[in-house]
Amino acid sequence: MAELTIVEAINTALAIEMERDERVLVFGEDVGVTGGVFRATDGLFQRYGDARVIDTPLAEGVIAGAAIGLAIAGWVPVAEIQFLGFAHNGFNQVVDQLARARYRSAGRFSAQVTIRAPYGGGVRAPELHSDAFEAHFTHAPGLKVVAPATPADAKGLLLSSIRDPDPVMFLEPLRGYRQVKGEVPDGDYPVELGSARVAREGTDVTVIAWSAAVQVAQQAAEDAQAQGISVEVIDLRTLVPLDVAAIAASVTKTGRAVVVQEAPLTSGFAGEVVATIQEEAFFSLQAPIRRVAAPDVPYPVQMLEEHYVPNAERVLEAIIATTRD
Amino acid sequence: MVRYLDQDGELLDDQPMSDELALEGYRVMLRGRRFDERCVSLQRQGRMVTLAPGIGQEAATVGAAMALDPKTDWFVPQYRELAGQLWHGYPLRLAFLWHVGHPIAFQVPDDLKMLPFQAAIAGQLPQAVGLAWGLRLKHDPGVVLAVFGDGGTSQGDFHEALNLAGVMKAPVMFLCQNNGWAISTTVEHQTASASLAQKALAYGFPGVQCDGNDLFAVYATVRDAVARARAGEGPTLIEAMTYRLGLHTTADDPTRYEPREMHEMWVDRDPLRRMQIHLVSRGVVDRSGLERIEDEVKEELRVAWDEAQKEPAPDPAYYFGRAYASTSQRLGSQLSRFERKGLG
Ligand SMILES: Cc1ncc(C[n+]2csc(CCOP(=O)(O)OP(=O)(O)O)c2C)c(N)n1
Repeated sequence: MAELTIVEAINTALAIEMERDERVLVFGEDVGVTGGVFRATDGLFQRYGDARVIDTPLAEGVIAGAAIGLAIAGWVPVAEIQFLGFAHNGFNQVVDQLARARYRSAGRFSAQVTIRAPYGGGVRAPELHSDAFEAHFTHAPGLKVVAPATPADAKGLLLSSIRDPDPVMFLEPLRGYRQVKGEVPDGDYPVELGSARVAREGTDVTVIAWSAAVQVAQQAAEDAQAQGISVEVIDLRTLVPLDVAAIAASVTKTGRAVVVQEAPLTSGFAGEVVATIQEEAFFSLQAPIRRVAAPDVPYPVQMLEEHYVPNAERVLEAIIATTRD
Repeated sequence: MVRYLDQDGELLDDQPMSDELALEGYRVMLRGRRFDERCVSLQRQGRMVTLAPGIGQEAATVGAAMALDPKTDWFVPQYRELAGQLWHGYPLRLAFLWHVGHPIAFQVPDDLKMLPFQAAIAGQLPQAVGLAWGLRLKHDPGVVLAVFGDGGTSQGDFHEALNLAGVMKAPVMFLCQNNGWAISTTVEHQTASASLAQKALAYGFPGVQCDGNDLFAVYATVRDAVARARAGEGPTLIEAMTYRLGLHTTADDPTRYEPREMHEMWVDRDPLRRMQIHLVSRGVVDRSGLERIEDEVKEELRVAWDEAQKEPAPDPAYYFGRAYASTSQRLGSQLSRFERKGLG
């Protein structure tokens, strides 16, 4: 066990996998000599050289598209997109091509590709650096979408993502990169994709979150406890495939649910979670399910962001409201 | 490569503008330089957000802007050309507010022909082509200057924009500030092309390299490209050879990747120093005149920063009314909830 930040945990996972599997290639903008703008790839260039750790031209489309070809050639690409907002420049290659690589070749080819990208708000970054765009990728059959909240999961899920035979969008919580620290098991420590984690046990209300919003949910749960409400926090960890059983089990127990997302409300992934609860645990529900989300406007510039990102106060308010319904 | 002033400020050809204009150009370059220095220092004190200074690139952006007519012509920025934008008329006060993260910095004043700063690399280029094409379609005399960096030339948006501009003979000047770096990535990692200017050849219009640290060279090159555009002859790609003397952004640490000697070599090519030597040796201004300009610029910055600090904080609901022309019932109910509760 070692106490690591999320970005250190990611760096550790990359190093383990590059050492274990010589087919792993790490590439993207500024991942080489300088070790990534957040240092996620720090030291890899120096250790594994410029054939396996590559600074690419500034073009997300070709980063994602070339990853498909490299995978077909027998390599295991782990590409970095500097900020998730810029994955849109490669949207065709990610969503229309990478996600469908297996399907459109009727199983002849597959793309064992991981695309890592930091995302989410709260660090006073410029436009397009902060939006929580996960839902743009969860609606692409063929793609897995992973969004860890803790250093241990960042390491464990990244190891599993790289080894997964299907393409994975690995979304890293930008706000937690250095802020969130935690114990991380040493050595090879894969965490299974598609399994949620009970971040806190409780009996009255289930709060479901992922990525940086898990910390917000945990804070709200703490505050609710002080008011006599026992909150269970479910950290989804993987959005696609979704751990339906874990969600159903918790809501069946508590009878009430709040789903938190950083993204704007309309068509966000929280809607998918709410619909799933409705299908799987309808008869256990004692109150309407609530969503806490950003308003239906794009992420604002820095001076306004604290008014935008859902905070613990809003989650607490939703928790209390659902117990009164 | 087009060059008028050598590294030591020696004039190699006839000065392509009046002495008066040259001095004015120098003043705006200085304003850009001192603004960036001030902002980096304010950022270090925690009073500004992450920002990308244009230190060392002032001749490239001011020279290009000087070739435009702000009454008819558009300036389409990326984010590292503030000095040129100041020449075109963007107010210093708003420039300060940009770096404190105030939304009104993106609300370009109505009388200014300029698009907002663009965070997505090369995302502005297709828009600049559409704008230029649209002006031509309505027989508007305006032309469009689109600015971007060397990294931008790798984006699909760059290639699609240049291709369409060539096909439509759009009146647009693509100004690539080749400052040697895209964060830590060198131009050699960006492209195997011998120059960035030569990429224009593939799209059927001229590409020209000029000394981007020479105000006169950039001015004359862009001036010729403007004349072509106005005459209906179509676009030009201009590669201004310059260097990022500052940081990529205040979040960057160039000592991790930038060779020290390379930096020092370019310090000797500083565009401001080059202009100072030239202006003094030509007798346009003397040493005390230069000091007076320093003082005046310092005072302008002080006044603008004071004004910027007086700007009221934005209404927390600022954005609700700015995503659509009219607010839907659903967004309206989100807004009224927001106004009741205050918090995000
Ligand atoms: C589409 C896109 N991808 C990635 C980024 C992250 N990023 C910001 S600046 C930058 C380098 C830009 O280099 P260049 O175009 O040469 O301009 P410079 O910063 O040197 O002025 C990168 C990769 C971005 N802003 N937009």
